[in-house]
Amino acid sequence: MEILKQIARTIEEGDAAAVPRLVGEALAAESSAKAVLDGGLIAGMNAVGEKFRVHEIFLPDVLLAAKAMYAGLDVLKPLLERAGVASRGRVVIGSVQGDLHDIGKNLVGIMLKGAGFEVIDLGSDVSAVGFVAAARSHEARVIGMSALLTTTMPVMKEVVDLLKKENLGGRIKTIIGGAPVSRDYAEEIGADAYGYDCAQAVERVKELAAAS
Amino acid sequence: MIDFPLSRLEPEAESVYAALGLKPGARPSPRSGELLLRALDSFRRLAEPRGLVLPQTEEEFAAVFHGQGRNETRNPLQRVHPLAARLHLFAFTLGETISAEIERLFAGDFALGAVLDAVASLAADNAGRVAEEWAGSPATASGGSRGAHVAFLYSPGYCGWHISGQEALFAALRPEVIGIRLNASFLMTPLKSISGVLVAGPPAIHRVESVYPFCAQCKSPACRERVSAVPPT
Ligand code: B1M
Repeated sequence: MEILKQIARTIEEGDAAAVPRLVGEALAAESSAKAVLDGGLIAGMNAVGEKFRVHEIFLPDVLLAAKAMYAGLDVLKPLLERAGVASRGRVVIGSVQGDLHDIGKNLVGIMLKGAGFEVIDLGSDVSAVGFVAAARSHEARVIGMSALLTTTMPVMKEVVDLLKKENLGGRIKTIIGGAPVSRDYAEEIGADAYGYDCAQAVERVKELAAAS
Repeated sequence: MIDFPLSRLEPEAESVYAALGLKPGARPSPRSGELLLRALDSFRRLAEPRGLVLPQTEEEFAAVFHGQGRNETRNPLQRVHPLAARLHLFAFTLGETISAEIERLFAGDFALGAVLDAVASLAADNAGRVAEEWAGSPATASGGSRGAHVAFLYSPGYCGWHISGQEALFAALRPEVIGIRLNASFLMTPLKSISGVLVAGPPAIHRVESVYPFCAQCKSPACRERVSAVPPT
């Protein structure tokens, strides 16, 4: 539908003022909230994610697009809830205990929401127990951890170990990222995935959520 | 004392775009340009730059540098600092207000938040450059340590100086007086803060030829640029 394409385009342009109006128009034209979400908002963000991946646009453009997407999501949320439309899954994210760096983690959260996940952001300085308790109580499928310091990276292993100890390893998957973190480190501690940047994090979380 | 005028700290547009991932030669969108102008305006209003320096003898600094004994066995600073003409411990912060604003923006206006974050990070880096100029200038020299000196800032967490070195550095310098606190994992609050030692001396002392084992994992190899910029003697 033309209006859905227009919403997707407006998201790509990062026009947060226009998106809610267009979403309203699409709903008035009898599109379902789910159709507007998938064909308008998520389609727009997917296009943005792809352009970002191939360096056609850069971070501020992605964030402007995400802001426009959220503005549309605010309109749709009550309708989606009423219609019982489930999100793509819940993801608990945070910067690990001792770490105050949260910009990378914030970006990952913004992109995950843009991809249709429900994100529970625990902020920074989150303990292993805090991650696992939150994932359990929110019935999250994935825990995403960020660390910017070599000294705080061991908390990631604590989370993985705690999940195993509580027999949650198969049900709740883990993804880690941050400047000093690597794929090798993820393998070494038994994390399920590693995200080099926020775009890759979204791809990995999609895979994890599908597998869990 | 060192003066940190905002005009010296404010980053160039190109470096902000680069920090945000714009590839060299690519043009930022007009909307990104608007964001940058707004971020720079916030920076000028909210930054509260404050720095602190403390002169060190070679023995005093050797103890600080040893810290918890967790440094890499081979590292450039252990070779460079005994050759220095002057050593100063150093800490700098942009203050609490700008960090609070970045956090507030991330709750809603995250595109602006990310640009302001990059501006503030680069400004903190620039403060290091201002301090290096101060430490290298003849006016800073006293007694027998005059001469054409170049100063570099070395920081715990970089180049084999273990980040736990922050503890001994803080114990000696006491940056709490300018509002910087250290947490159990050796991070400083406010976040936009830097610390280290200013090592001033003849240009040749800074020429580090070797590539150390930890260089392979380094994600910010700015040292190579600064070493190659050292004037020949
Ligand atoms: C869940 O799944 C996922 C998946 C992907 C995930 C993820 C989670 N989380 C992140 N990602 C990924 O996606 C994001 C975007 O795509 C990315 O997130 P990032 O968070 O990595 O990226 C951000 C968007 C932007 N990146 C950043 O903001 C960090 C960049 C680097 C260059 C950096 C900067 C800019 C700064 N710093 Co400094 N700084 C470094 C960093 C080195 C580097 N190249 O990364 C690092 C973190 N710093 C370091 C250090 C040592 C320090 N810094 C300091 C200061 C500073 C500045 C103030 C100058 C500045 C601001 C920092 C800030 N965040 O506010 C000091 C500490 C400050 C403090 N408050 O205590 C100081 C202690 C130095 C000192 N003594 O003064 C190093 C830590 C080393 C260690 N041993 O642990 C460091 C790795 C540099 C290095 N040595 O290579 C990916 O990693």
